Amino acid sequence: MSYNLKEELKKEERFTGGHRMCAGCGSPIAVRTVLRALNPEDKAVVCSATSCLEVSSFMYPFTAWKDSFIHNAFENAGATISGVETAYKALKKRGKIDDTYKFIAFGGDGGTYDIGFQSLSGAMERGHDMVYVCYDNEAYMNTGIQRSSSTPHFADTTTSPVGAVIPGKLQKKKDLTKIMVAHNVPYVAQTTFMGNFKDISEKAHKAIYTPGAAFLNVMAPCPRGWRYETEELMTITKLAVDTCVWPLYEVIDGKYFLSYKPKTKLPVEDYLKAQGRFSHMLKPGNEWMVEKMQEEVNRHWIDLLVLCGEK
Amino acid sequence: MSNLKAKDINETITWKEITLGCSVFEGGSAELVNTGDWRTIKPVIDMEKCKQCMLCVPVCPDMSIPVEEDGRRGEFNLFFCKGCGICAKVCPFDAITMIKDEK
Amino acid sequence: MGIRERLSGNEAIAVAMKQINPDVMGAFPITPSTEIPQYFSSYVDNGEVDTEFIAVESEHSAMSTCIGAQAAGCRAISATSSCGLSYMHEMLYVAASDRLPITLAVSCRALSGPININNDHSDAMSVRDAGWLMLFAETNQEAYDNYLQAMRIAEAVNLPIMICQDGFITSHAIENITLVEDDKVKDFVGEYKPEYSLLKGSMAVGPYATPAFYIEAKRQQAQAMIDAKDVIRSVSADFEKMTGRKYDLIEEYEMKDAERAIIIIGSSAGTAKEAIRGLRATGEKVGLIKIRSFRPFPAEEIARALKNVKVFAVMDKADSFNSHCGPIFAEVSAAMCVANINNPKGINIIYGLGGRDVRVESIERVFAQLDEIVKTGDVGESYRYLDVRE
Repeated sequence: MSYNLKEELKKEERFTGGHRMCAGCGSPIAVRTVLRALNPEDKAVVCSATSCLEVSSFMYPFTAWKDSFIHNAFENAGATISGVETAYKALKKRGKIDDTYKFIAFGGDGGTYDIGFQSLSGAMERGHDMVYVCYDNEAYMNTGIQRSSSTPHFADTTTSPVGAVIPGKLQKKKDLTKIMVAHNVPYVAQTTFMGNFKDISEKAHKAIYTPGAAFLNVMAPCPRGWRYETEELMTITKLAVDTCVWPLYEVIDGKYFLSYKPKTKLPVEDYLKAQGRFSHMLKPGNEWMVEKMQEEVNRHWIDLLVLCGEK
Repeated sequence: MSNLKAKDINETITWKEITLGCSVFEGGSAELVNTGDWRTIKPVIDMEKCKQCMLCVPVCPDMSIPVEEDGRRGEFNLFFCKGCGICAKVCPFDAITMIKDEK
Repeated sequence: MGIRERLSGNEAIAVAMKQINPDVMGAFPITPSTEIPQYFSSYVDNGEVDTEFIAVESEHSAMSTCIGAQAAGCRAISATSSCGLSYMHEMLYVAASDRLPITLAVSCRALSGPININNDHSDAMSVRDAGWLMLFAETNQEAYDNYLQAMRIAEAVNLPIMICQDGFITSHAIENITLVEDDKVKDFVGEYKPEYSLLKGSMAVGPYATPAFYIEAKRQQAQAMIDAKDVIRSVSADFEKMTGRKYDLIEEYEMKDAERAIIIIGSSAGTAKEAIRGLRATGEKVGLIKIRSFRPFPAEEIARALKNVKVFAVMDKADSFNSHCGPIFAEVSAAMCVANINNPKGINIIYGLGGRDVRVESIERVFAQLDEIVKTGDVGESYRYLDVRE
């Protein structure tokens, strides 16, 4: 069935207002979109790693999750949801449960790329029937914008501040999506919010309904940490995609498919200048940083085109 | 064992009344929480200009744009809306404007 | 009545697990508890149980999967030792706070460093404040019996439970053991039917609790531990009806007229009993209090048992490195203080660390030290290491 935004939006929301994420935050948009991809008749258990999302969506006694929800700790969403999924299998086998359940874990880049990496890797390798969704906002936002292994090269964060000697984060962003592909799981995709949400919605549906472990990496901008005006969210994600900083693609049973090829690949500077965290890169004398970033983006983009059979 | 609902859980409940492990035995209890009072600006929709393209709905981080049974978007739910303005920015028809919120 | 067998402590635990046939096990190997998930995996792969076994990538994930599974309405179990227990540390608190009656078998082993695979209680003692029920076994039989009682105790108070035994000393030594018949085990343990679970309606577990609620939650958790004392007694009484084997929070051995006593936990109680038999034969009035339930701590029971002795030694197989005593001594002293019992003099003996052998003569040396205190009236240094080369 082809994607139809109006039909999608008729589904009941599974994530409610009244959560305490900042105005304009990308993570609740990722969450509600992924949950909307569930078939309405299916139940779900959702897990969240400790994160902005978790502390804001389940502050006792108020849960923004209409489905059953479990928060355990920062570093173990992968293991926790695999325990729940295994419980479902055990109870199903013993005839103690009739409904169909799906299992979805959310983590920020801190809980996914970094402290929760081992737990995620274990869960993926074991092949639980689950989806792990990283809402990637490229730093530890919950504790106040510290760098993570997902933070882009040169970005200004509170633990990689732009100083007189060191110009922001010295290391490049980890390519977690490809690391997840290397786990030989049946479905991995990278996406963000674009236009009518077709890309993310379809990928979320595939991730949820592909038997076995699936991984979805969703760029979810943080206006506070990235330093842009809240209303610019969709401008930022579009620029990320059109500059090929955050390409959209999926990997099904190990085979790469490009989801979107910009008609005109925009210079990376367009993306950088929209955000305060990169503002130092655009100052006179720092042209080399933009050039370096452009080189890196180009290299990764070409690699991806080759993997996708587009080049 | 206490199975109080969120609406009855507040800062007066005793340790005997608090739910086991602080679990909550209902979904979506955050709907009781007013986050609209965080707002300094609010969205206003001009239904004349609105073409019901629905692009504003999925971008809302606060589920503040309800979808009616007929599939059309309704008035803003200002109980949740934090005034981020993403909806106004994505509207292709300039049907949504952000104005100062006088409370 | 019962099935006579010869099993190691680890295998005895695995057999108890098999008889219970829990829903989910998440485990990771670590010496000396490794055999438990090994035995259990073979039961799974041979179809002797229909438990779902999750071969996780770490102990941290073992406890995390157990938390997820138990919150989803399952009986979840694991087994570990030493650094594995330490690696679970954070999750142990969450399991207790979420009020999930998970069962964890612990074959106690020294913590690193230096790395050492032998027995002491530094692993278990380091998680004593995590909010878990903790039962300790002297023998393989007790480890097995405690395990059969574990779930009923834990589920009655909604707290997780550790069934501890001494690594290698009981976990690997093969002893005669009497097993309970499978059907009797099933009847005794019963079905797990939690009122709420993630897979029954909508339920949310593990919130952020502000200062407005956190301390109320902790007070309620504290009450569960207080209530557990009666639950342990009542489950033990039922167990005695089924097997004839009697258990309580503590075991008093030759305490009736004892003038000198030691308080001990775990397998060394057996060695101590042997020492006491010998000393009693020569007319010495010595006795033993063995702690079975370390959490909840039987403070009143220990104070009552000690009130008429002249002097006692608390034996700690772990040190607190606080410059004055180990963990059990601190608890016993607090128990005496609360009970307003000041007469007996007490010393602390740190012993057996990292598998240092505890022999009958070692215990005799402790009683000799107590005798010296009785004779001189001088306690001297109260913080003493046993059988350490000076």
